[in-house]
Amino acid sequence: MTRKQRRMTIIGGSLAVLALAAALVLNALRDSIVFFSTPTMVAEKHVQPGKRFRLGGLVQPGSLQRGDNLAVTFEVADGGAKLPVAYKGILPDLFREGQGVVAEGALDANGVFKADTVLAKHDETYMPKDVADALKKQGHWKDDYGAKASGDTKPSGNPKPSSDAKPSATTAQGNSQGAVR
Amino acid sequence: MIAEAGHYALVLALALALIQSFVPMIGARLRDPALMNVARSTALAQLLFVGASFIALVTLHVNSDFSVANVYENSHSMKPLIYKITGVWGNHEGSMLLWVSILALFGGLVAAFGNNLPLSLRAHVLAVQAWIASAFYLFILITSNPFLRIVNPPIEGRDLNPVLQDIGLAVHPPMLYLGYVGFSISFSFAIAALIEGRIDAAWARWVRPWTLVAWIFLTLGIAMGSYWAYYELGWGGWWFWDPVENASLMPWLAGTALLHSALVMEKRNALKVWTILLSILTFSLSLLGTFLVRSGVITSVHTFANDPTRGVFILLILCLFIGGSLLLFAGRATSLKQGGLFAPISREGALVLNNLLLTVACAVVLFGTLYPLAMEVLADFKMSVGAPFYNLTFAPLFALLLLAVPFGPMLAWKRGDLLGVTQRLLAAGVAGLVLIAIVWAWTRGGSALAPLAIGLGVFVIAGAVTDLAERTGLFRLPLATTLHRARGLPRSAWGAAFAHAGLGVALIGIVCETTWNSEYIATMKPNDVAQVAGYDLKLDGLLERQGPNYREMIAQFNVSGGGEALSVMTPSKRSFTTRGSSTTEAALLTRGASQLYISLGDVTAEGAIAVRIYHKPLVLMIWWGPVLMAFGGVLSLSDRRLRVGAPKPARTKQRLQPAE
Repeated sequence: MTRKQRRMTIIGGSLAVLALAAALVLNALRDSIVFFSTPTMVAEKHVQPGKRFRLGGLVQPGSLQRGDNLAVTFEVADGGAKLPVAYKGILPDLFREGQGVVAEGALDANGVFKADTVLAKHDETYMPKDVADALKKQGHWKDDYGAKASGDTKPSGNPKPSSDAKPSATTAQGNSQGAVR
Repeated sequence: MIAEAGHYALVLALALALIQSFVPMIGARLRDPALMNVARSTALAQLLFVGASFIALVTLHVNSDFSVANVYENSHSMKPLIYKITGVWGNHEGSMLLWVSILALFGGLVAAFGNNLPLSLRAHVLAVQAWIASAFYLFILITSNPFLRIVNPPIEGRDLNPVLQDIGLAVHPPMLYLGYVGFSISFSFAIAALIEGRIDAAWARWVRPWTLVAWIFLTLGIAMGSYWAYYELGWGGWWFWDPVENASLMPWLAGTALLHSALVMEKRNALKVWTILLSILTFSLSLLGTFLVRSGVITSVHTFANDPTRGVFILLILCLFIGGSLLLFAGRATSLKQGGLFAPISREGALVLNNLLLTVACAVVLFGTLYPLAMEVLADFKMSVGAPFYNLTFAPLFALLLLAVPFGPMLAWKRGDLLGVTQRLLAAGVAGLVLIAIVWAWTRGGSALAPLAIGLGVFVIAGAVTDLAERTGLFRLPLATTLHRARGLPRSAWGAAFAHAGLGVALIGIVCETTWNSEYIATMKPNDVAQVAGYDLKLDGLLERQGPNYREMIAQFNVSGGGEALSVMTPSKRSFTTRGSSTTEAALLTRGASQLYISLGDVTAEGAIAVRIYHKPLVLMIWWGPVLMAFGGVLSLSDRRLRVGAPKPARTKQRLQPAE
């Protein structure tokens, strides 16, 4: 084999592997990608029952109901629309009413979103980015929230206007652990 | 005072880095050894000053000096000492300081132990290191200074994110950074080689140990992070294909490819241009990882704060270094001479295939990580690319790679005999097939892919053993000869066998855990019994306890298997008062390589508690694999030919001999 032929073998092999990878990626892109929606987007576009997607929004206060055997239902709202969600299992530590949540699953025939995963990230001040962006886009973004979220301190996920920054945090500390001083 | 001193030390380190960036370069141009040697002293001094700065921040955290914003945000006077120290890098500013400290450490090591490097090469390498360092010192000083004071110091701090209050934080980030940043050395060597326009086998011998060190730490860092996520997040997942995890996987894949291509370059003086490109790409991916994690583009547990200016700054650094180095590569690469011919079927050919599959797999991960970001910016819709995507793309490519792994080390350099190797691997193949058959019979009806994958894992392990047996003549020669040969075998051969076997071990663990993992979720009252995978778990009761900076509720489970009491497991739920948040502390019971895993949910009104119990068969093998790989790396690192100064004395001795 000449040098040229050897080089062609290597280049040919590389192209074959690249083509294989490209084919795999294109094939995977067809049906393994999960899109993100908000209740408003679900209401506007007709989403096929059984089509998996991620639903993001705020947990509607007062909507959380616990059933038997770890079944829970709640509503996810984004200011424009609401969507009922059914889930069976343990909710994450940071799941709260009025806070952001992302659920993954599909709509059933009755228009209830059957979630098989509910995500809430691991910081109490965290609002899922997708949710925050969607709320911003629809104009339901409270200014103080935005200021805090982009500020240097840990953003507070609590949309109430009063700041819970330094004074209250310190006093709460002083009370609960008064023995320190 | 301490904060100001730390800040000042950091500014001085920047000044030193700027000197180190230019003076040695001028020295190399003028061939002035004095100027080139400046690099050595500045690199060591830089390490001293960054070290001082880092120690200053640690001291502030240990003393709970809440007049410093960084300490106030992330510490609490009641926090245990270990978390006061680890909390230093449990936030954006501190972790960036750790990043540059490690960068300076590697620079200092090259300066201290690089005496056998040609003077101009060392000067260039250290100058390039200083460019990177200067960029990151500027980043810290301008956008994320950890030493900023608060005008009215509060009395108490806001505590560290509870999820991070774990021993994992002490190990995972430093390990990962040692890996990430360690690749800066091979990057600097590559750029230095391009600037000098000269590269040879000796270059590869200098680069390989550094790459290997970085690779070992990165391997352990990723494994540690994965185990931490597994026991801390409460639902037993160990890999999520989260962009942040991908950010560490990509440099690992590229770095693994680099280790192998540097081998070809060292032994056969071939693949020079490719090795240089790979060095550049590996560190570029490390920088990209830093950008993804630190810029707030992706929100995750690792993103401590989102500040757009920081993202833009890191993006600038990223473009400058990646763009600049690739431009330099494009301009200079053609001047490097090609050497070492080889047939497609040979050790070199196998290593080329290895590189091809690793880089393509890396490209697939890169695509999966950046595609959603790109679509969000360009087409304005959101999506997530998760496990299903990678199972369809990354997994087949990696399976192909694993299939080829046992062949590589057994092929001869230059021209190999594929048929002969296949014959010698027959036993390994048979072992794999037998196991496929056994697993198939045992699980009938399960996924058909699982037994195949386990067979592949066994094939890889058996292949590594076969390679060692062939080299030592096991079963063919008398035992004494075999032992003698085993002792004489280069450490790197042992290293390769261990690392390759580690791949197989990890694969078996991954397949078993994902396929035969059993899960039990229910609400339990005291004295209820849960039955999972042949174990009986009886809930004895719930009790409350006060920790140093949290309250916790502990559930006590009596575990028995086959009528025999085994152990008591105590999962708990901690609520942290300062941040008003809680964490789930899972309880683990190890049985061989398998684990029972319990995590708690909420207490219901009737006093019952939601529990999640998993049985994870052979799950520990997932992390034993990387540990074996890292052990292989350490063995390979201790190989004679990589020892500092090893290549030189041999030659001088030969020259001296005739004079005797």
